[in-house]
Amino acid sequence: MNEAPAARLISAGQKSLRPLSRIAASVAVLAVLAPILVVIFSWGSDQTEIWQHLIATQLSSLLRNTLVLLMGVGLCVSVLGISLAWLVVMCDFPGRAKFEWLLMLPMAVPAYVLAFVVLGLFDFSGPLQSFLSRELGLPLIDVRHEAVVVLVLSLVLYPYVYMLARSAFLSQSSDTIEAARSLGSGAWGAFFRVALPMARPAIIAGVSLALMETLADFGTVAVFNYDTFTTAIYKAWFGFFSLQAAAQLASLLLLFVALTLFAEKRLRGRRRYVQGSQLHHHFRHPLTGLRAWAVTAYCLLVLSVAFFLPVLQMLIWAFEVGAAQLDARFGALLWHSLSLALQASVLTVAIATLLAFSRWRAGPRQRAFFDLAQLGYALPGSVLAVGVVISFSRIEQQLLFPLQAWLGMEARSVLVGTVLALLAAYWIRFLAVASGPIDASLLRIRPSIPDAARTLGARPLEVLWRIYLPMLRPGLLTAAILVFVDVIKEMPATLLLRPYGWDTLAVRIYEMTSEGEWQRAALPALTIVLLGLVPVIISIKRTLK
Amino acid sequence: MRSVLVIGLALLLAACGEGPESQKADEGLVVYTARKEHLIKPLFDRFTAQTGIPIRYVTDAAGPLLARLQAEGERSRADLLITVDAGNLWQAAEAGVLQPIESDVLASNIPSALRDEGNRWFGLSIRARTIIYSTERVKPSELSTYEALADEQWTGRLCLRTAKKVYNQSLVATMIAARGEAETEEIVSGWVKNLAVPPFSNDNKVVEAIAAGQCDVGIVNTYYLARMVADDPSLPVTMFWPNQQGEGADGRGVHLNISGAGITRASQHVAEAQQLIEWLSGTDAQLQLALLNQEYPVNPQVSLPEPLTRWGEFEGDDIPVAEAGRLQGEAIRVMDRAGYR
Repeated sequence: MNEAPAARLISAGQKSLRPLSRIAASVAVLAVLAPILVVIFSWGSDQTEIWQHLIATQLSSLLRNTLVLLMGVGLCVSVLGISLAWLVVMCDFPGRAKFEWLLMLPMAVPAYVLAFVVLGLFDFSGPLQSFLSRELGLPLIDVRHEAVVVLVLSLVLYPYVYMLARSAFLSQSSDTIEAARSLGSGAWGAFFRVALPMARPAIIAGVSLALMETLADFGTVAVFNYDTFTTAIYKAWFGFFSLQAAAQLASLLLLFVALTLFAEKRLRGRRRYVQGSQLHHHFRHPLTGLRAWAVTAYCLLVLSVAFFLPVLQMLIWAFEVGAAQLDARFGALLWHSLSLALQASVLTVAIATLLAFSRWRAGPRQRAFFDLAQLGYALPGSVLAVGVVISFSRIEQQLLFPLQAWLGMEARSVLVGTVLALLAAYWIRFLAVASGPIDASLLRIRPSIPDAARTLGARPLEVLWRIYLPMLRPGLLTAAILVFVDVIKEMPATLLLRPYGWDTLAVRIYEMTSEGEWQRAALPALTIVLLGLVPVIISIKRTLK
Repeated sequence: MRSVLVIGLALLLAACGEGPESQKADEGLVVYTARKEHLIKPLFDRFTAQTGIPIRYVTDAAGPLLARLQAEGERSRADLLITVDAGNLWQAAEAGVLQPIESDVLASNIPSALRDEGNRWFGLSIRARTIIYSTERVKPSELSTYEALADEQWTGRLCLRTAKKVYNQSLVATMIAARGEAETEEIVSGWVKNLAVPPFSNDNKVVEAIAAGQCDVGIVNTYYLARMVADDPSLPVTMFWPNQQGEGADGRGVHLNISGAGITRASQHVAEAQQLIEWLSGTDAQLQLALLNQEYPVNPQVSLPEPLTRWGEFEGDDIPVAEAGRLQGEAIRVMDRAGYR
């Protein structure tokens, strides 16, 4: 009998908020679509000649390389990320508590930095091979192998999987695992049949982030001169000077990602992963003897190659070059990187949260519409940046300049060449990064909790502020950190869209590395890594508390 | 969480406040430059000190800068485009974003092969792409032309930078102009057959590979080697000036490329922009430009400064550098067909 008025209350309250948030969310999706539409409209122009040339010469090997890279990185980040997260959450071994947060650090290392450190150290002109060939007469070998490219990308991308899988495992109550084990499952059985399926949304989100980054990567593969699909995009653009052909190629990349995401969503279907009780205690399986040390060694190895090695090498390079670079300009670079990253992460997380709620409440067809907002991540950075320039210029010329003239103002650019365009590029690109953790933690909230709050008479905003936000907090924080670190590392969009004087650390790295002067890029690269560490460590402190 | 939000919002407001203010300074020049900041800023500073004209600039690769110029169209605030490689300048002129300039100063300071015949862009420094070799394993008498590096004697001994770099595309483009497409493709295939290892991502790596003993000869822009020799004078790698003797294509000279500048069609400060280009082509700036990056001056009245004289005199290919732009697409096709990555 009590239910009828409560239900009325819910529907009344929700209705008042819905149109507004839905309009805002739709605008966000349209903003993401604007640069993407520029890319898709490129099909209006005839680029047959370039296509014929690409098909006749390189396209098949580029596709093969891209697939190999995707499968290799997908496999490696899954194995590394899931195994490390599981060990750290479920087992006890020497150094576990330290590794729990240390293992996230490689995320702060830009992939292209690890690439040139690996090449600098292990290539035949590097110290290792010089020594081996001088002292032992070993033949020189070329380390620029496919497997090395896969490994380098995997080592900096596995933290996406690790972070998301770790928080998923953490939020699984021990009770569920215990139940499985008391019903006769072994440790492996409980992992594969209970823990892994329950963590699946988080893991898939992590792996797809890693794969999208791989797909859009240009810097890392360029260091190894390993040709992938993005190579064809840049060849069409910088070589044949056909932005249209480049955009056509990029749109195929988009199509591929869209289909994959769609397929994954279909596979997952409307299955929901809802937890039992909140976890009170967390039981860790203590490892002993050789096994414990083997696990410690495994964690240490990953961490050394992915983090300590590049940081150490950059420290050495930075000292060699000297303190000459540490001038007032360096302070400005630092400040620009920092403030852009902070602004972008707040903005992106806010928009991603809005979209997550809209998606959550929407019907299946509308849900597909909101899913489109994820696509920005799959475009190579500079293609997206050009998309933003072109679409924003059009908006200015068609809409804003006439409006300014009508208002009797002087027509001037308010989008292109300002911080607004740059921030827009950032959130359009990194929305997918923020959505992963937010969606995953939203999915884990038992619907009965907000339902109960509403039944008890809470208004929608109150439910949002007092129920959802606190429960989403870990997800929101993870999202903010991921975006922060990604923005600090971001290079192509920053280069093209920054206003005059807004040079960042990544811009400085570009200036140095494009002339092959990696030593001089060491100091800004090191600073990027350190900046990226700060939020990672803060968040870990909070979750460990 | 709430404090992060507040900080973020404050920063956002600060940035929005900063935006319009920084655009207020409408006087002065705006330059889009693909030349790296540390290689051009000292010159801008000098120009500003001498003339009182402030310069603001954005650095990026040539492709994105050109795309931005095109998208901004008539409203662009850029006055000048400075890029490396003639191919990029040629494309910018083709895209219609540059305007012609009549200047007697530029006509006398810059040889005609190093500027656009329509006067839409002008070379500012010469970048010579030459053969380098190991002083331990190669005698200079074994070397003659770029083309001869396709000969069998260099099997497994050649190192090259990737074909995706425009420097190599320009080199092959001028070879097509001299020898035709079919012969050039044969030569490039010969290079690929002779490679000791797959192509490198940059010229420094080519020099390092020769020094380490991975290969014996390579092709790089002179300033890469000059910079590395300046750091380490004992480096067992040195330059050879190819195509200096013989008839026709064999004696056409060292492949030259340029860095250069053009004034945008949208420029509101054409007089000042022209003043900057003329100043850059003058003796003082030319000397600076050469010293900054060990490139060669375009202005024939400037005598070579000290570190550059070390490599000796050479004859440059006098084909107009614009040809490299016109034939760039052909060059890429030839290299793709030859399997040069």
